Amino acid sequence: MILNRKDVLGLEDLEAEEILSILDMSERFRAVFDRPVRGVPIMRGRTVVNLFHEPSTRTRISFELAEKRLSADIINFQAASSSLRKGETLRDTAENLQAMRIDMLVVRHASAGAAHYLARVLKCSVINAGDGAHEHPTQGLLDIMTMRQRLGDLRGKKVTIIGDIAHSRVARSNIWGLTKLGAEVTLCGPPTMVPGGIDRLGVTVEYDLRRAVAQADVLNVLRIQLERHESKSFPSNREYHKLFGITEDVVRGLKPEAFVMHPGPMNRDVEIASEVADGPRQVILDQVANGVAVRMALIYLLSGGDPGALAGGDAE
Amino acid sequence: MAAWSWDRISAEYIVTNVKLCRGAKLSRRKGFLHVRRGVIEALGSGAPTVEGLPRLDGQGLVCAPGFIDLHVHFREPGQEEKETVATGSRAAAAGGFTGVVTMPNTVPAVDNPGLVRYIIDRGKEANLCRVYPTGAISPGRAGEALTEFGSMIEVGAVGFTDDGSPVTSGALMSNALKMTRMHNVPIISHAEDLSLTGPGVMHGGYWSSRLGLPGIPRASEDAAVFRDVELARATGGHLHVAHVSTRGAVQIIRRAKEEGVHVTAEATPHHFSQDHACCRDYSPLFKMSPPLREPDDVAAVVEGLVDGTIDCIATDHAPHTATEKEYQFDQAPFGVTGLETALAVGITHLVRDGRMDLEHLVRCMTEKPAAIMNLPGGRLEEGSDADFVLFDPDHEWVVDPDRFHSRSRNSSYCGESLTGKVVATFLRGRLTHRDETGSP
Repeated sequence: MILNRKDVLGLEDLEAEEILSILDMSERFRAVFDRPVRGVPIMRGRTVVNLFHEPSTRTRISFELAEKRLSADIINFQAASSSLRKGETLRDTAENLQAMRIDMLVVRHASAGAAHYLARVLKCSVINAGDGAHEHPTQGLLDIMTMRQRLGDLRGKKVTIIGDIAHSRVARSNIWGLTKLGAEVTLCGPPTMVPGGIDRLGVTVEYDLRRAVAQADVLNVLRIQLERHESKSFPSNREYHKLFGITEDVVRGLKPEAFVMHPGPMNRDVEIASEVADGPRQVILDQVANGVAVRMALIYLLSGGDPGALAGGDAE
Repeated sequence: MAAWSWDRISAEYIVTNVKLCRGAKLSRRKGFLHVRRGVIEALGSGAPTVEGLPRLDGQGLVCAPGFIDLHVHFREPGQEEKETVATGSRAAAAGGFTGVVTMPNTVPAVDNPGLVRYIIDRGKEANLCRVYPTGAISPGRAGEALTEFGSMIEVGAVGFTDDGSPVTSGALMSNALKMTRMHNVPIISHAEDLSLTGPGVMHGGYWSSRLGLPGIPRASEDAAVFRDVELARATGGHLHVAHVSTRGAVQIIRRAKEEGVHVTAEATPHHFSQDHACCRDYSPLFKMSPPLREPDDVAAVVEGLVDGTIDCIATDHAPHTATEKEYQFDQAPFGVTGLETALAVGITHLVRDGRMDLEHLVRCMTEKPAAIMNLPGGRLEEGSDADFVLFDPDHEWVVDPDRFHSRSRNSSYCGESLTGKVVATFLRGRLTHRDETGSP
């Protein structure tokens, strides 16, 4: 199935079949990683702009790596080194990019909806690399890819997302993608961090960590940044770790095959204990590797790439 | 019969063939309005008996008192790129308004008699509608002390408010309300608990959770309305609650009125017709304060208007430049324009939906707001100034921001099809607006 759309702005917009075909393609790219030559020169001569209006290391490097392995020409815009800080409107930014005739825009922005706005005014493809607290679709895809590698079909599987749901774009993309694939999603965090009405997205809310993890097949643990909270939504990192931290003790309460994920970067011993972060139940580095594959697949498919192109490579 | 000319309206003329909207009664029979030197000389049903005067064929339009809006932002002085008293007056006339009450949150704030007089003078220069300024409650709207109410009233201030921001200090609000007992003008409350609003940019609920935008809880308004109502009860002052948007606020006001507290209230067209789902595409055209709430809040606001808990409709006309509204949702300023769509939104969402009759809607835009601020007008009566509007309650039109007379275009109804169009507006008998697309 060819991805027949201009942009990928969120998992909210994607059909289940589209998600699955992106993941299938991602697996093919993932297989290429073990070859001596990991590049696939299918984006030669095409220009991808990475517009990062918010600091990001992991996602930006992952996108860059994906683009380089596809042999795309890459331009990086950082917030600090562009006119974005000076209060240029998004429309001006968009029109400038339009004039430069780029083929694809990868955008990270602090404002929810920024990628949607750019997608509306730009003729080129737009991939949302995180917009405010709204969505982070490639993170959602790589999380789901990682889950699928271990659990197979996600229908009926229980995923518990733990942390600051209100401020998390990772949580929203996970919720949309997982519910579309039939997984049962439970959200767990302090009531001050679980936004009202979120259960209407078809998820269960649970404030008691032990209960939230007891039946889970996967824990997806979100990064906590208490210092960023304007109205004090939680007293301290220590209290957070005590009530919601994923410790070895919590992990002992999991089903035997259940595992722990984290989108990174981790605050060790806040939302996740170091022993768990380095322990046998986590798949954090798999997520990182899958992230590159997912981004390669998405860029490739959005550029009109043939989903069967790498089929022969699988056998090697 | 002398030939009618729109361009040269004589000192004395008769508008014929109109349905007169007087008080609670919309005449089914066609009637006439006789204007002489800016004053209503006579009016009634049937054909006029006086001969030899120029006549304007009203073509069966409704003839109502000129509308009065208790809540507009004309941005002058200081933000003339958004609107001026002149352009705002032009928009008002286009919306059928003959009187508007301006908010004092200009730059600098209208907190002294000089600026009150300045606004009035600018209004007279434009001469398209009556411009009634309010003054700030506190100097610089800083919420720290009281302004000179008496001196501002002397030059024409009709009420006081720190609109745009709440009066955080309960003690200051209490004193402001006490003052109204000797001054006989209302204190207009922008009811908001800023600590609850926090970084919020839209209503806090399902849609803000889904869109990942910080929410403004209903409690931000409810708690503030409750405080101000209790202060009005305690002081005996006249509290006017601006832009009511929540079910809770409607209930608090309803109960207070039943208990005899001197409280009046207004609601905006957007709060009785649109809800938070409008924000789904992140368009800043739906960003306003207070925010668009939930469907049951919209229903409660409508109910409040129907049963009189909410006395009147006010637009909270809040112009912003196109550039400002091109920022991302969370960065764009709060506010939408409203003067040029108010009647049509009322007809479309209240009258056609069967919630209230046209007479009631007209009263919510004429005599009721006039009574709250002790303003002249609001009724069609012999001997009163000839401030009136002709409108077609059945005319369907599509809102085209390029056709607005306001300097700004940030309407939340752009592209929407609405019913009811102002055809002509008259101030003291003089034509201030004529719709080029409509009849006659």
